[in-house]
Amino acid sequence: MIQFDAVHKRFPNGTTAVHDLSLEMPEGGVTVLVGSSGCGKTTTLRMVNRMIEPTSGTIRVGGKDVTRQDAAELRRSIGYVIQQSGLFPHRTVLDNIATVPLLLGHGRRRARARAAELLETVGLAADAGKRYPHQLSGGQQQRVGVARALAADPPVLLMDEPFGAVDPVVRTQLQDELLRLQQELNKTIVFVTHDVDEAVRLGDQIAIFRTGGHLVQCAPPAELLARPADDFVADFLGAERGLKLLSLKTLADVPQGPAPEGGAWTLVLDEARKPLHWAGKEAELPVRPLKDSDSLLSALNESVASPTGLIARVDADGVLTGVTSRDDIHEHAGQAHSEARVAA
Amino acid sequence: MFELFKNLGSWLTSGAQWTGPDGIAHRLAEHLQYSLLATLIAAAIGLPLGLLIGHTGKGAFVAINLASFGRALPTVGLVVLVFLAGGLSMLPVYVALVALAVPAIVTNTYAGMTAVDPDVKDAARGQGMRGHQVLLQVELPLALPLIMTGLRLALIQVVATATVAAYVSFGGLGRYVFDGLAQRDLVQVLGGAVLVAVVAVILDLGLSGLQRFLFRHRTA
Amino acid sequence: MTIDWSWIGDHTDDLTSLTVSHLQAALTAVFFGVLISLPLAVIAHRVRPLRGFLLGFSNILFTIPSIAIFVLLLPISGLTRTTTVIGLTVYTLVVLLRNTVEGLDSVPAKTKEAAKAMGTRPLRTLLTVEFPLALPVIMAGVRIATVMSISLVSVATYIGDGGLGQLFTDGFQRNFPTPVIVGVVLTILLAVVADALLVALQYVLTPWRRRRA
Repeated sequence: MIQFDAVHKRFPNGTTAVHDLSLEMPEGGVTVLVGSSGCGKTTTLRMVNRMIEPTSGTIRVGGKDVTRQDAAELRRSIGYVIQQSGLFPHRTVLDNIATVPLLLGHGRRRARARAAELLETVGLAADAGKRYPHQLSGGQQQRVGVARALAADPPVLLMDEPFGAVDPVVRTQLQDELLRLQQELNKTIVFVTHDVDEAVRLGDQIAIFRTGGHLVQCAPPAELLARPADDFVADFLGAERGLKLLSLKTLADVPQGPAPEGGAWTLVLDEARKPLHWAGKEAELPVRPLKDSDSLLSALNESVASPTGLIARVDADGVLTGVTSRDDIHEHAGQAHSEARVAA
Repeated sequence: MFELFKNLGSWLTSGAQWTGPDGIAHRLAEHLQYSLLATLIAAAIGLPLGLLIGHTGKGAFVAINLASFGRALPTVGLVVLVFLAGGLSMLPVYVALVALAVPAIVTNTYAGMTAVDPDVKDAARGQGMRGHQVLLQVELPLALPLIMTGLRLALIQVVATATVAAYVSFGGLGRYVFDGLAQRDLVQVLGGAVLVAVVAVILDLGLSGLQRFLFRHRTA
Repeated sequence: MTIDWSWIGDHTDDLTSLTVSHLQAALTAVFFGVLISLPLAVIAHRVRPLRGFLLGFSNILFTIPSIAIFVLLLPISGLTRTTTVIGLTVYTLVVLLRNTVEGLDSVPAKTKEAAKAMGTRPLRTLLTVEFPLALPVIMAGVRIATVMSISLVSVATYIGDGGLGQLFTDGFQRNFPTPVIVGVVLTILLAVVADALLVALQYVLTPWRRRRA
């Protein structure tokens, strides 16, 4: 767990980057720091591993004041991932990952073996280890950056806009990977981004900063979206704040009924009872069946496009289990918001 | 003219010319010896200086402008000056050789250090490397291509200066040029010039090739 | 080692004429260097296959010690000022070629495309867009070439020319440091002044790069 206690950072040129910050980042959770440029989120992150020293206030990692520890040793116990990955171009991927174990004196063989394990963990092929960073794509380089940060199995992981430099498709994949890793590893992660959608997707709690280093609100995504503290937060979350909340809720609790017979449109199934398309009098429209694990947002999207206002529900194998109406989805969307508003 | 070339050809290839204390082999060895030694001394001075300025960022003005200043120094004047100042002794000439080589090393080492991607240095510190570890494990290896360029340029500079140094009775291939001028023996003069030119070019091409080979894994 | 100031006083005329001669040789070499390097640079920049050859060959020339170049020109042009200037021009040419090509390379492709899209013909683009934008790098090359040239003139003293370089051989032969010191100081002074003037020239020629007042 990481604790910020009245932390202040003022640079020599007079700018206040972080203003009186008191914040707790729970152990095993992902805390996302968001805000526009110059709001102090990166400065805050970099104070955890003392890449920047606080002007006043205390920062504690695992209960220990960071300023009382040797900076280099502190950093070897904290994983650090940056946007441009910062991989060493003159070392192979494997040796890059092995950096911290080697610094800790683990011996080359052991460090390399650990690095090979991590290659697999982050979803890279084993032979990538022999290559040099410039031979990998941007997304692959970022995976190596994450592997390097995890090599010494640190309890804390700092990530500064790590997926900012890759294209949106790759970014989504990397976010998926991170969520999967976090399920396995349960690290205390501090994640900086300026992308609200990324924050909502990844964060267990989100801390929004205003220019000048002021923390405006810190709350779990659902609460933030349902009850923004002020206009600034509401604006930052964007005009589609209401819809974004629905991305956090799934279809699991929404009731379903049998597929309609007759009527203007029928749902056509294949032999395995998997939905194929909607068939109307003179046309066919595609159908996108949804599982229980899919979000309310995708359900709402599908229901609006559906010619009958109905969405097809399927099980894990894609076999039809029933349909749900637009009205039911709307009602549950509204409920999602009331719940989030009430949650403290 | 053709006569001249013929004579030059035989001068360069005659066995007699190559052997003995005044022979090409000996002068060549002398020249290379002086050049390598002076370059090593210049490196011993210039490398730490360039690394320090590059790593700490202090004194950048010196590193950037040293090369321009070095370029303005007249070789002949400097060589003669140190020779006269040293009471007509040879050792000070080494000072001139080294002094003219240091700027190239400092400037290129500094350039190499500043060309290192700041994100890589940040990541290195963030992983927990101490200052000297960042310098030795990250900055130095990454600056190495430009550092090598500096050393190569310094060596070529020293080879040229050493040629001029023969004027004040330093040994080496320059002797042929100055003895030849004194004896009005154009063939000898040209012979010396050709030898020095060839040595310089071979050294440069050889070291460039070595550089390309050593750093073949780095980005294009 | 002491300076004989009276010697300097007695020889101001000689010193002046040597300085003028020295400067003349250096600047002539820079002039011809610019003249020849400009078209060569355009060719090297535009014609891919020639680029490697031109730059590679000029690098080889640059490696050759200056005294060797002067000496090797003797059979061709003898112990004359011509030899000195040709020798110096080889070096200025190499530096200017390298820098001019680099300067032309540094002009953003988008800017050239915009000019082309507006209907500007290649020659006009070259003169009104590419060269002005390449100017900073080219001027850096001119500065280097000029300073280098001023320094190298003195090597030509061995082929009977040398400008201020004659002070060096004179001083050596007579075991008399004063002319040598004076020669070194004057050479450096010439180089520094020339460099400063070129910086001023660059400032005048590139108004778009000036900081706001």
